[in-house]
This record gives sequence, structure tokens and C-alpha cells, in this order.
Amino acid sequence: MSESNGATATAVPVTARKDWSSDQEVRWCPGCGDYSILAAVQMLMPELGVRRENTVFLSGIGCAARFPYYMNTYGMHSIHGRAPAIATGLATTRPDLDVWVISGDGDALSIGGNHLIHALRRNVRLNILMFNNQIYGLTKGQYSPTSEVAKVTKSTPFGSVDTPFNPVSLALGAEATFVARTHDMDRAHMQETFRRAHQHNGAAFVEVLQNCNVFNDGAFEKITSRDARASMLIPLQHGQPIVFGAEGSERGVIQRADGSLEIVSVADVGLDALLVHDEARDDPGLAFALSRLAHGPYEPTPIGVFRAVERPEYGTQMSEQITDAQAKRGLGDVAALLRSGSSWTVD
Amino acid sequence: MASGTQHVTEQLDQVIVRFAGDSGDGMQLTGDRFTTSSALLGNDMSTFPDFPAEIRAPAGTLNGVSAFQVHISDHDILTPGDSPNVLVAMNPAALRANIDLMAKGTILLVNSDAFDERNLTKAGYGTNPLTDGSLSPYTVYEVPMTSITQEVCKEAGVKPRDAERSKNFFALGLVSWLYTRPIEPTINWITERFAAKPQVVEANTRAFRAGYDFGETAELFESNYEIRPATFEKGEYVQVTGNQALAWGLIAASRLAGLPIFLGSYPITPASDILHELSRRKEFGIRTFQAEDEIAGIGAALGASFGGAIGVTTTSGPGLDLKSEAIGLAINLELPLVIVDVQRGGPSTGLPTKTEQADLLHAMYGRHGEAPLPILAPKTPSDCFAAAIEATRLAVKYRTPVIVLSDGYLANGAEPWRLPDLDTFEPIDPGFASEPNHVDDEGNPAFWPYVRDPETLARPWAPPGLPGLEHRIGGLEKADGSGNVSYEGVNHERMVHLRRDKIAGIASDIPLAEVNDETGDAQLLLVSWGSTYAAVAAGVKRVRARGMKAAHVHLRHLNPLPSNLGEVLGRYAQILVPEINLGQLSRILRAEYLVDAQTMSKMQGVPFRVGEIEAAITAMLGGKS
Repeated sequence: MSESNGATATAVPVTARKDWSSDQEVRWCPGCGDYSILAAVQMLMPELGVRRENTVFLSGIGCAARFPYYMNTYGMHSIHGRAPAIATGLATTRPDLDVWVISGDGDALSIGGNHLIHALRRNVRLNILMFNNQIYGLTKGQYSPTSEVAKVTKSTPFGSVDTPFNPVSLALGAEATFVARTHDMDRAHMQETFRRAHQHNGAAFVEVLQNCNVFNDGAFEKITSRDARASMLIPLQHGQPIVFGAEGSERGVIQRADGSLEIVSVADVGLDALLVHDEARDDPGLAFALSRLAHGPYEPTPIGVFRAVERPEYGTQMSEQITDAQAKRGLGDVAALLRSGSSWTVD
Repeated sequence: MASGTQHVTEQLDQVIVRFAGDSGDGMQLTGDRFTTSSALLGNDMSTFPDFPAEIRAPAGTLNGVSAFQVHISDHDILTPGDSPNVLVAMNPAALRANIDLMAKGTILLVNSDAFDERNLTKAGYGTNPLTDGSLSPYTVYEVPMTSITQEVCKEAGVKPRDAERSKNFFALGLVSWLYTRPIEPTINWITERFAAKPQVVEANTRAFRAGYDFGETAELFESNYEIRPATFEKGEYVQVTGNQALAWGLIAASRLAGLPIFLGSYPITPASDILHELSRRKEFGIRTFQAEDEIAGIGAALGASFGGAIGVTTTSGPGLDLKSEAIGLAINLELPLVIVDVQRGGPSTGLPTKTEQADLLHAMYGRHGEAPLPILAPKTPSDCFAAAIEATRLAVKYRTPVIVLSDGYLANGAEPWRLPDLDTFEPIDPGFASEPNHVDDEGNPAFWPYVRDPETLARPWAPPGLPGLEHRIGGLEKADGSGNVSYEGVNHERMVHLRRDKIAGIASDIPLAEVNDETGDAQLLLVSWGSTYAAVAAGVKRVRARGMKAAHVHLRHLNPLPSNLGEVLGRYAQILVPEINLGQLSRILRAEYLVDAQTMSKMQGVPFRVGEIEAAITAMLGGKS
């Protein structure tokens, strides 16, 4: 299929959520955070001005990976951890498509960690949503690479001993050009974050804090519950001082002389002393420092876009090399190719 | 340059030359240049590069010996030859590593400068073979190749240490004289290849000419030799290696299908040259993706296939292990995918640079669940071209991954190839789905991704982009027809049968097995597959020349097998299957057809010699070899 097949000149049809929902019964556990993420995505799609037929949802294995079955788009439920690799082949050969990768903490960071970091550093045009519930749900409750140390699960009855990944830090370290965090309790924030990810020309990585009410209920309650949010989530807004907390008791982030970050009372330092968030900063150092502010989902945790910078997109560059070669050498001629070495004729 | 008057030029019908030296001595390049000039003279030829896995093993040691064997002749030949007529040994290790291949009376051309105590010790020689009489069965020519090269280069201002590196061109010049090869093509090649380094051009050219002149003037040789052009079918010829032909075949297949190639690959010996070749040919719209690992290589290729491209992944044994899970996914998704396995010695890292055919059963069964797929194997380096096209045809037509089993010998071996008429290859119709193929309960048009073509049992290929054809596929079992997830037992069994029947049905779409049985009354049938073709065909020819009867059938398609194969095998009292493994094809033949297929096994990292096949046939027919 030619690359232009998907694109037509007609206007994008007006759609509603139901147009993006497939006829398949959604089979997550009742109360799962995945429902609200699915709803956020299905409700956002009509606003993005994209076509269903040019949209692909791709996943690996895990609870989150069932997502494509519920979207009335093209989709593939693939194998554990490999979705970023499969999506790379699709997105680079079909730049006309909008490719979403839906993954979980085990899928993206454990078995598929290699594919994730390489998709990020290559900057393939993919929207990667990683649902982080800090647990293996589909296999019924083993600890995951984002589980806190000392996590007691069926596979760690004496408590886990390995240090977890911080997904945002990992993505930043993997040269990602777009890194964000949102959570399943705030549809508006999810939609805004996904919209930004979609707009980004390159690999966009979004960590979605997601509650697994069966195997890890309340993992993020201390920061995402309605009561806690104001004082425990730090909304990052480009060009704005980093400030959070209820009115009257605002706190903010300052940068110390040694470069490290600290949470302080705004009343103590004044608004002007606060760090102004710059998501477009080329150096990822500050974004990384922000990602390290909380040691776990029990301390004030930044959400929003940590980093959004421009860098040439992988598939575009791949296509440009082809266009350049064709401009210089002409379209390939197979007969000439076979004669590209020495040839001789027998009469 | 004409040969000197003091020399007699004798006619030979063929010669086998083996160049051997340190892996840094440029033996592969030397052999390749000799091959090319022979090809241009119109000789038939077949080559066998034989090199170590180490890029530069310790100089002067047996581990570091790299060799290139070339067989040139005035008649049709199939193999790089059993035993060389000439061994060029650049140092004691090269001599020691190869001397067992040499028959009495053959020629040894040695670089006498390298036979010092240090090199002799490194090669494990207690005494100098040039002086201890151990080489008396051979015709030995001691030539101080290093010092002459340094001498002629000194005049051009090249330092001795740099000049030393040109000694392979001296050897090439000398052998070129010995076999009356033209010098111009090589000098032109040196000039082009090293254009950026004029001093290297100068040194190599001087060394090459010095070698040639040495043969002419040194009065060491009584004669030199001429091998007349072979009688080839009319046509235009090129020299190709298997990897090159395979890459070109993929490109041709892409044109025949009108679809772009996406190659997802991870560097691995001996398959990397396919990645290199395709990466150079971007003007054909090829996307090459050097993935983070073998799994990503096939994953990305599969993603590209989902998007409507021809997904290809190239690898060798260890990589095929890693790709197994994704191949299973491709089988379940029923998407086209071409998987090239250039087999090498295993298990594990095994013998990275040496050939083997021990991945056949892996290709057949190396996945969990019932997971059949078509398998085919090219028989010669040039046949890799047509095999790549055939693999693509099957992949596209039947919406299935296809494994091509090449091997290290085919991949690096070269032969003359009469260029095919590209118009003789049938176009490959992608047959993309273009409209809904079902009506749902409410009477609306719908698209079911697992509705099958009644003839091929292939499902529709519907790359994203068409409204109304949106669908989801995945690794979970699917309901027959709708493709929705289904855990229902009876449906699963039906899907297992459908996937099996689809692949088995390909038997009606491939050529019948053709037996070469000259008299029609042979009792013994030899079965070859892949690269054993050459030695088996040559072996059968030899025993026939001795009045014995043996039939030969070559299998290109290993799964499914040709539909008449059972009948063919049943006609013969004895069946011999020479394989570079412990008997993998014979095991399949015994299981499929209940025939007493005997295994002839060899696992030394090298192809069968014709003499070995000849001896085995002779023994089976009760004669003397």
C-alpha cells in the first residue's frame, strides 16, 4: 500500500465517542482504572481531527494491552513487550498513520524495556501511553519493576528487594523528546496530556498512574485521591512558576545554589524565587531533577509535561534518505542493479 | 602481458587454488580478485571463503588463518572443489592449517620470508618444513614475497612496514601469471578501490606487477597454465554471492509486488551482508532498520507488514531462536513476512563463520503450539535470487511468514550467474482487501479479518487506511471469520486445522519433485536440499561416469514438500540423504513417508566434498570407491 493511500482530500468526518468504541465487551475488572483511561481516550479522539481509518492502537501483553480491542480503529494486540518495536516498523513505513502504543509497567519496563528506550531515543512518531499500576495484574499479582521496595506479593512473600524504575526518569535518560505524567482520576488532565502527546512530532511517552483495585488497590491514593491532589500533585505548566497546594498554603519548587531542587513554602520565599518550568529546555537535567522530587507516590509528585523538545523524527529521516537517493540516482532499476558489478556476455 | 618465451603455456581443464594467510593478510580480497578476473575470462568458477570468527586473531597462529578457495574451469562445475591443486601459504600457520587438504604432487607457493623461527613456533612447527624434508611429496616454490614487495615499494617511497601489507597483491600477481589471468582488471580495480590513498594504489600496483613479473622472469617455473573459457549458455553473466543474490531477489520481489521492502535486522554473521546490500539501495524505496535486537528486527518487520509493506528480517541461528515468539505471532496474525536464516554452526554461538544445515527442524518446529509455516532453501549462491522471490510470493499470497534457509557456504560463496529475464517472473498480487466482506446482525456492512479465500485459505490483508475496514488482530486465538477473541475449544481446534491446511495446501502451488534418473532404473536415490545440491549433483555425475546408477532429487521446498515426493521416494530401494546436520531432513522423510531414508552426515563447518558423496554412493551400491 502506498504511503498516501490513507490520506484523502475530504474533510475529517465529525465523530463522537461511540464511533471510536468497538463492539467488543470491555473486560477489565469492575473498578479498574483502565476504564477511565479508555473513556478519556475515546472522548478525546473526536477532538483531535483525525480519522479512525488512519489510527492504529498497538499493544503488547497485560491488562492494559487489551485496550486496542475496545477501540474502533485498526489495532494489534501483539506479544509481551514488543509493541514499540512493531509500532516502529508500522510508523516508519506509514507516516500517514497515527500510531498509539498502549502498555503497562511490566510490558514496557520489564520484558520490553529495551524496545521502549530505543523507540524513545530514535524519536519514532508514536504516542506511548504506559499505564503504571506498580503490579502485575493479568498474572494475578506479582511485583513489577515499578513496585516499591519491600513489596509483599505472591512472588515476593518476604518483600521485594529490587529498586524500582522511575518511568519518567528512565524516559528522560533514554533521550526522549516528550515525557509526561498523568493519572486515571483526572479525565481532563489525561486528555490534555494525551492531546499534547499526540501533537508532538516524535516519540511521546506518557506515564499514566493507574489504580489496580484488585491487586494493588490505592497505590496512588496518597497523591491522586480527590482530597490529596491539591497538596500532593505538582502541576507542571510551561512558563509558569512551579507551585502547588491549597490557597493560603501554597508550596513551590526552588532550585538551590548547587542545582538541586527543593520544595518550599511560597510564603517563605516569594513567588519570584520559584523555578519557572521550561519543558522546551534542551538540557534534560532540570526535567530529570523534577522527576526525582518524589521518592514514591506518597510525596508531592509532579504531573504534566516534563519535557517537550523538537528533534528530527526517525521515520521522516528514513523517508528523506530514500527521497534523496531517488533524486540523485533515479528510481531504482532492477536490471541495472543486477549489472552493478562486472558483467560479461557469452554469445 | 604475454608469457615469456622460456615458458611453455600448458592447457588445463580446471584448477583449484587456495589462498591462505593471516586473517589480516587480505586473503579474502586476493581470492575474490582472482575469481573476478577468471570470471571475466569466461571460466566457470565456484568459491569457498573459509575464515575464522575472529577479525584479527593473534598473527601467525593457526587460529588466525583465513583461506579462500576458488575452483575455475573450462567446463560446468558445481562446487569449489575437494582438494586444491595449488596452495598459496603466506606463513607457516597457513601452511600447517591447510596442508592436509593437499594431495601429493600438488603445488605449494610459500612466502619464504615468513618462515622464521618466531612464526614457525607460533604455528607449532618444531622444525622448518621448508628444510626438514616433510614437504617432499609436494612441488614447493619458495618465494620471498615480503622482501620483494618491500623492495619494489621502497622505490615509491613506501615504508617497509606499510609495504609489507601489499604482499597479498604480490601473491595475486604471481598466481595471475601462473594461470595467465589478465592484469588490467585488477590494476583498474586497485586504482578505483584505493583512489583516496594514492600511495596505497602505488604500493599495491607495484606489488601486483612484481608478483606477475617474478613468475615471468625468475626461472622458477617451467610452465604456466591456461584454462580456456567454459561453454556457457548464451547470455549476460555476473559473479554473485548468495547474500548479494538474496538481497537482489528481495528487491526484485518488491518490484513484482509493487510494495516497498522494510528490512528489520540485527547484525549477525553470516547474514549481515544482506543488511549491508539492502541499506545501500535506498533508491528502490527500501527501508532498512538496524534494530536494537533480533526481536525488534522481526517485530518492526511485522509492523511494516501490518502496514502493507513486505516485512523482511534476516538473521542466523541465534537470531532465529530469539525471533521464535514473533514468528508465532505472525502465524496467528496471518500476515506476510519473509524470514531469512543464513545457517551457521550451532548450538549457541557455535561456529559463526562456518556453514551448517542444522536449523531445518528449528524452522519446522521451533515454536510453541501448532505453528506451521512454509520453508524453502536456495541450492546455489545465484539461486538465492529466485528463492527470495518465491518466498515473497508465498508470504504475500498465503498471508504467512516464510522461512528461507540459506547457509554460510551459499552466503559467501560466489559463482557466475546468467542474468534472468526479469519479465519471466510472475507479478505478485498483494490483493489488498478493498471493501467490507460481511454483513452484521443489523444488516450493516462489516469487515471480518478472518474470512478465508476458499482456494488458498488465506485471510484478507487490510492495511490501515481504508474506512470501514477497521479491525483488530492479535496473538490471542480468534473466532473463525470474525477474528474476535475466542477461547472456545472447538473454534480453536478448527483454527489449528485451518492454519495447518493453509500451509499444507501450498503443495499444490509449488513444482513437483523432479528426479534426475538418467536410465530410469537406478536403485539408489540421493536426496539433497539447500547447498548440498552441488556436491550431490557432482557426486552423482562422477559415479555415472564410472558406470554406476544413482538418481538424484533436489528439494527446494522443505515445507510443504512437493506433492509427488512420497511416490518418488517409494520408487527406490535405497535412499541416501547427505546433510550438514545429524539427519534432519531424513527424519522428516521417514516420518512423513515411512521410507528408510539413510542419513549421510557431516558437521565440520564445510560443505561435502564431491569425493565423499562419490564414496558413499559407491559403498551403498556395494562397489569399491
